[in-house]
Amino acid sequence: MTDETLVWLAIGAAALVTYGLRISGLLLAARLPKTGRFKTFMDALPGTILLSLIVPAAVAAGPIGWLATLATGLCSCKTGNVFLSMVVGVAIVALGRWWGL
Amino acid sequence: MDSQPKQSDDLRAGFTASLVVAASVGAYGSVLGLLAAQKGLTWYQLLIMNLSVFAGSAQFVMIDMWLPPLPIVEITLAVLVINMRYLLIGASLSPLFKGTSLGHRFLFMHLVADENWAITMARFHKQTISTWFLLGGGLCVQLAWCSGTMLGHRLGAVIVDPERYGLDFSFVAVFTALVFSFWKGRRDLLPWLVAALVAVGSEALLPGKWYIVCGGVAGALAAALRETGPSRGQSDD
Repeated sequence: MTDETLVWLAIGAAALVTYGLRISGLLLAARLPKTGRFKTFMDALPGTILLSLIVPAAVAAGPIGWLATLATGLCSCKTGNVFLSMVVGVAIVALGRWWGL
Repeated sequence: MDSQPKQSDDLRAGFTASLVVAASVGAYGSVLGLLAAQKGLTWYQLLIMNLSVFAGSAQFVMIDMWLPPLPIVEITLAVLVINMRYLLIGASLSPLFKGTSLGHRFLFMHLVADENWAITMARFHKQTISTWFLLGGGLCVQLAWCSGTMLGHRLGAVIVDPERYGLDFSFVAVFTALVFSFWKGRRDLLPWLVAALVAVGSEALLPGKWYIVCGGVAGALAAALRETGPSRGQSDD
């Protein structure tokens, strides 16, 4: 196989897998119960997945990263402005690195 | 009969609500574009990858593994693991898709990314919106993703050292800013603590991105299992 063929195979396989997961999540959910404990489970998922995405990355970012995460969280709670909160977090990390922390 | 204006209203509202997060997606994308250029991907290969895969962290890992001869099986497995969360994300969207046709679902689910999903779910908690809001956000995020990656690929010299400007942190920052819209009160404390602890623990113990699925499932399980306690009848929404 040529390099170009391999490139399209790799991209095609990744695309199929990703789309397959997206659509089967939705289609399977429609066949699952919508009350009681299962509903509580599903309701809790968005927050807990998002948190699981963040926490290890924030922990790995070191003290400046912790400070930036804290500031971003506080800013988001106080103002509800996602963009401002993001800028605050990124600016703290950039400043910290500029000072060699 | 007035569903047409409602659809375009929702589409526009979804697009606008995602503009904020699109800034970070674009910045993040420019970093991917830079890396992809260094690995020898052409701009159109990268563009097709953006349009068809459309998943940020998975694409980063793909580019990371992008060394000839391409390890297609390993790359595909890695993408499967990282994107396992889309099963849960897809399932969580089922109330929003209630009453829509199968074709509608197949079409609209492709443009679901972490960002427009999070924004849509946060809005869905507060008011009634349709799947067009989700699609509007998806179009916005896809546009930013393609623009950012293409810019990074073309003008590689502009951001020589993205880490210097903290751009690698923009991912954490934007999700941190978003997560608080899911906080429903003190009863979330236990599930969130469990999710955070399990995510950190499994990130240290398991390869790849399993920690996202582990933490998310463990936290949600904690919420569901607590419900078995006596006289918790009022907790249902």
